[in-house]
Amino acid sequence: MQSVEVDQAVLDGLRARALNMRRHMVRMARGPGQGYLGQGLAIADALAALYFHEMRWSPADLQREGRDRFILSTGHYSIALWAVLAEAGVIPLTELNTYGASDSRLAMSTLDTSPGVEMIGGSLGQGLGQAIGMAMGERMRGTNARMFCELSDGELQEGATWEAAMAASHFGLDNLVALIDCNGIQADGPIVLDMEPIREKWSAFGWQTEEIDGNDMGSVVAALARCRSRRQKPHAIILRTKPGCGIRSLEVREKSHFIRVDSTEWDLLAAELNQEAAQ
Amino acid sequence: MGLDEQGGPRPTMDAPFGVALTELGTSRPNIIGLTADLGKYTDIHPFRDAHPNRFFNVGMAEQNLVAIAAGLARTGFVPFATTYGVFATRRAYDFVAIACAHARANVKIIAGLPGLTTGYGGTHQATEDTGLMCMVPDLVVIDPCDATETMAATRAIADYQGPVYMRLLRGKVPIVFESTCNFEIGKARLLLSGTDVGIVSTGLMTERALDAAMQLRKKGLSVGVLHVPTLKPLDTTAITEFASSVRSVVSAENHVVRGGLATMIAETLFRARLQVPLKSVGLPDRFLECGVVAVLQERYGLSTDRLMAEVESAAR
Ligand SMILES: Cc1ncc(C[n+]2csc(CCOP(=O)(O)OP(=O)(O)O)c2C)c(N)n1
Repeated sequence: MQSVEVDQAVLDGLRARALNMRRHMVRMARGPGQGYLGQGLAIADALAALYFHEMRWSPADLQREGRDRFILSTGHYSIALWAVLAEAGVIPLTELNTYGASDSRLAMSTLDTSPGVEMIGGSLGQGLGQAIGMAMGERMRGTNARMFCELSDGELQEGATWEAAMAASHFGLDNLVALIDCNGIQADGPIVLDMEPIREKWSAFGWQTEEIDGNDMGSVVAALARCRSRRQKPHAIILRTKPGCGIRSLEVREKSHFIRVDSTEWDLLAAELNQEAAQ
Repeated sequence: MGLDEQGGPRPTMDAPFGVALTELGTSRPNIIGLTADLGKYTDIHPFRDAHPNRFFNVGMAEQNLVAIAAGLARTGFVPFATTYGVFATRRAYDFVAIACAHARANVKIIAGLPGLTTGYGGTHQATEDTGLMCMVPDLVVIDPCDATETMAATRAIADYQGPVYMRLLRGKVPIVFESTCNFEIGKARLLLSGTDVGIVSTGLMTERALDAAMQLRKKGLSVGVLHVPTLKPLDTTAITEFASSVRSVVSAENHVVRGGLATMIAETLFRARLQVPLKSVGLPDRFLECGVVAVLQERYGLSTDRLMAEVESAAR
């Protein structure tokens, strides 16, 4: 594996971004008192690395032609997307309080009408195929744009995921990066159908793969850098992430797909986040 | 999850489907429980706890859920497979049509979040599910009204030999009917007779139809209610008879009107050469928003108040 030197100052900057994003997420979930906070906190580091380091995109023009795209397949992770867009200045911080409210743009699951959404999520297993279509389209148009598609360990159980996995390598889509968030939980609790060995499965399907700690910024940045190689193979990064990462009491809590927190607890969670950041 | 609720001031019962299935499982060792990573959310957990050896979570894989159920049926078991209505229909349609219906496999598909019962948005609101399922040959399609009927229907479809699609009311489900609700597959039930306006309703809209009718009676309007829990096979005789006894008909369903009960009633009346005005209460031909269920139901006319207003205008 090619080793990548990453500037310490860059990493520190990205860590600060991820911490801010986690704060935004606590603020969002606090509104309705619930939400997909566990998933959001877990994927925060990868999204910070993508949006503030790896991807070529413009906060001022989200629809810019030839942009790199982040495709969030699991619509219910929307809280993380709203957080990164707020951190980039696309979504006003005051709007974060509307997360999950009737007719808010910041729905608990992505909508076509929300800012920065490349596809409507929510019906799981539909993302990777669409990312392949986008990767093929950009390649035919001759742009250098790359597609970064998030998908979850639960989504690995959908047949459509593997139909897409076959197609991506068949079409040699080296402008496609799948970020597979393996947080170990799904709707009914801890993974109900064993998907291991995940990396070997993707390798066998013809993908360039690596497996990293998805909450270690250095590893995430380095892995993304290695995905710049264009060898006619799609890239898959298996991100091992911790649900609730950054807030210890959520990390140790019963592994929960949907988090509800009492109104009195929010200040404690916010304080924990700051405390861990200080360490 | 978290955005779903069923309102109503009536007493409720917890997980009526799960309770009924668990009881059935005790007396009948061939009953199997299946889910696709939505066990907690489709009330099948009591069955899982009582009969762990006959419960399988196949992971989030709805096509395979239906295929496995069909295979189990071929070995003499009676699988009850749960997921949300959107995924049982939109994702697994071909499997339902061929592995279950074409094969006449003894599979029971139990579909959560029917119509507009979640504020989660278009990806989770099964607004056209019974329409799609009614178009599949040889499939029985049921939309129960309350906890009592959900339990009765669960027992009835277990006894019935053949593929069934049933909508699921989950969690705390209102109790509208007495325990002797006389559910029978393929039969509509006259709940109230009236002469001015007749409401033909299915699913949870029947609860609202009863409330609307009682309130309008106080205003001197004679309103009847015909409850149609089985959408396929449709009780066309009961619908025609009921429609002949009133001046005007209002259909009410938690489903898109086009391709739903309203369309089926219109066809039935037309074929019977019965000329009676028909108004319909139900969902529009579009994807709906996210938000609070009660707010959305009011917006789309599913509330008792909105239904009353339709019935009153039908009486004019
Ligand atoms: C096709 C489809 N089936 C079922 C669901 C219901 N559902 C929503 S999230 C989820 C769990 C999916 O697993 P994963 O994304 O790994 O869960 P998480 O890590 O968010 O707990 C399920 C079954 C869905 N949204 N789409």
